[in-house]
Amino acid sequence: MAKLPSRRDESLGGYIVHGLPFPIDSDPESLAFLKKLAPIEIEQEYKITYLHSYGQDSPWFAGLTNRRLLASQDPVHGYTYATPRGHDMYSGEETNWIDITDRPAKVHAFTVCYFGSEEFLPETPFVLALVQLEGVNTLLLTRIMGVDPHQPSLDWIGMPVTPRFLRNSKLKPTDVYFIPS
Amino acid sequence: MRTVYAISGGVSNFTKARDDKNFQGIVKEAYDQAIADIGLDFPTFTHLVDGSVASYFSDHFTRQLMAGIMAQDYLGLIPKPSHRVEGGGATGGICFQEAWKSVASGHMDICAAYGFETMSHVETWKGNEFIALASDVSFDYPVGGFYSGYYAMMVTRHMKEFGTTVEQMAMVSVKNHRNAYHNQYAQKRERLTIADVRNAPMVAWPLTRLDICVMSDGAAASILVSEEGLRKLEAAGAQIKRPLVKVTGIGRGTDAMRMSDRPHVDYDFFMENYATEQERSSDETRAYYKHLWDHGTRYPGVHSFRAGRTAGNMAYKMAGIQDPLHELDFVELHDAYTSSEIQTYEDIGLCRYGEGGPFAASGKAFVPGVDYGLQLAEAPICPVNPSGGLIACGHPVGATGLMQGVFAIWQLQGSIAEHYGDAALQIPNARKGAIHSHAGTGTYVTYSILEREN
Repeated sequence: MAKLPSRRDESLGGYIVHGLPFPIDSDPESLAFLKKLAPIEIEQEYKITYLHSYGQDSPWFAGLTNRRLLASQDPVHGYTYATPRGHDMYSGEETNWIDITDRPAKVHAFTVCYFGSEEFLPETPFVLALVQLEGVNTLLLTRIMGVDPHQPSLDWIGMPVTPRFLRNSKLKPTDVYFIPS
Repeated sequence: MRTVYAISGGVSNFTKARDDKNFQGIVKEAYDQAIADIGLDFPTFTHLVDGSVASYFSDHFTRQLMAGIMAQDYLGLIPKPSHRVEGGGATGGICFQEAWKSVASGHMDICAAYGFETMSHVETWKGNEFIALASDVSFDYPVGGFYSGYYAMMVTRHMKEFGTTVEQMAMVSVKNHRNAYHNQYAQKRERLTIADVRNAPMVAWPLTRLDICVMSDGAAASILVSEEGLRKLEAAGAQIKRPLVKVTGIGRGTDAMRMSDRPHVDYDFFMENYATEQERSSDETRAYYKHLWDHGTRYPGVHSFRAGRTAGNMAYKMAGIQDPLHELDFVELHDAYTSSEIQTYEDIGLCRYGEGGPFAASGKAFVPGVDYGLQLAEAPICPVNPSGGLIACGHPVGATGLMQGVFAIWQLQGSIAEHYGDAALQIPNARKGAIHSHAGTGTYVTYSILEREN
């Protein structure tokens, strides 16, 4: 029978290489000194790739890829959601898809982000906005291009805007953005 | 339901980073303070306490699932019952209310509520990313997930519709930082001017760095008991401060995860479903709101928090409060942003919708006797965030709502000088106070009324 390994292989790197201080003796007085040891901090990496399904909202992204902006509409009362949802929150009914690409739209609220989450830092400054579309009951969170992010103005609220679509779809909500009409 | 007393609390110092202890050790600091404040030793309290509720927001920050049981374990509370609650920024407020439910229902006589967050384990921009994951990851986060951006959009609408100004927002920052100057538990004890706030680096227009709370490490704990719990603790030698503080109102509300999905209801629907009794009964206020709606206001839109209004109305009804501005002696509310403090004034009925900006600048929400370096037109009526709030105390998310509860207990006990080491923030003769905890873009909001017993 082959001899089984009784030691783990050592590898380069690791913190002991840098020599952490530790008392030579293990008498109570020496060990009590450990309470004065500065905290040890190590790096822990955490990276995951998720398979994220858009589920019943998938057609909305397919619409963007085909340069169409879809919305969800309650078949009972006609309540219309700019950001899709499979069921209406008031009637509980399954919603239908409608095309709102050509509806007049305007800025309802906005900001310019000069700082942000790590993922979006390279894109700063960018203009975030909530856009209202005619005949649609809820708003759409989107980006605005074609305005100067260094000269924000409350006058942007109410500004008519038009959707534009990325040619190379990323299957993300940023496949659509808006520009001043 | 049984009467519930909030008898004590503890708060670890909120700081940028606590690398000297892990989260269990920080929770124990707050927990030990809550026990010491009633004069009991650790084993005696451990023997008597029936269970607990644990509160922390993000598994990402700890990179540890089931951190709640690790704190329960470290505190020596096993095998007593416990559960973890999570509801974004309102996590601490939910924890306080769940502990209240445990006692009010008769399930427990003595319940410990503890919460924490250790946000320093990642850089600020990664922390912003974690927090932004509390927005819809299909539709909101990918557009530029950043909570300061979301709140900045709300306030541009508030400014456009109601004329709110950046200077009014800055006055909230000056007030809360200056209050915190007298609170030894606060992370940022600063004397600022309006110019300081406006000249700080712009984060998300029009919010500067001093309009926004910071990330923190910290913990807080509170002990809630029934009459029977009170008797048990005192029989064991506890020295529970008098006057007692009881929880007289509990409210909670919710709203759509995506703020773009919030409705825009008409005047009649607002008056019937969301207006306070005080608003409904005033001809002048009804006319004021009719004027707003005639000029385009819709409710809640993105400028108002329907969840906060729902929570407030519920708690006021339970506590029998008709006129919050004059009946409450203080409010500790969730000022993650100066703008959200202004929005919340309106939700909880300290002023009418649209009047939050002038209210902020009026002086009504300031602490009497504190020098803010400002010319205030009116005397304080109901100080808001006398502790310094989230903006100045810090916002270790799972601890924040409990921190507010602890500061409210101390205000109502009249023990601010003892605990803060400075009497400047003690509201004279404080009898009723409210704590308000808020999540997401207004998705979960809790509101609790605490009252000093006669």
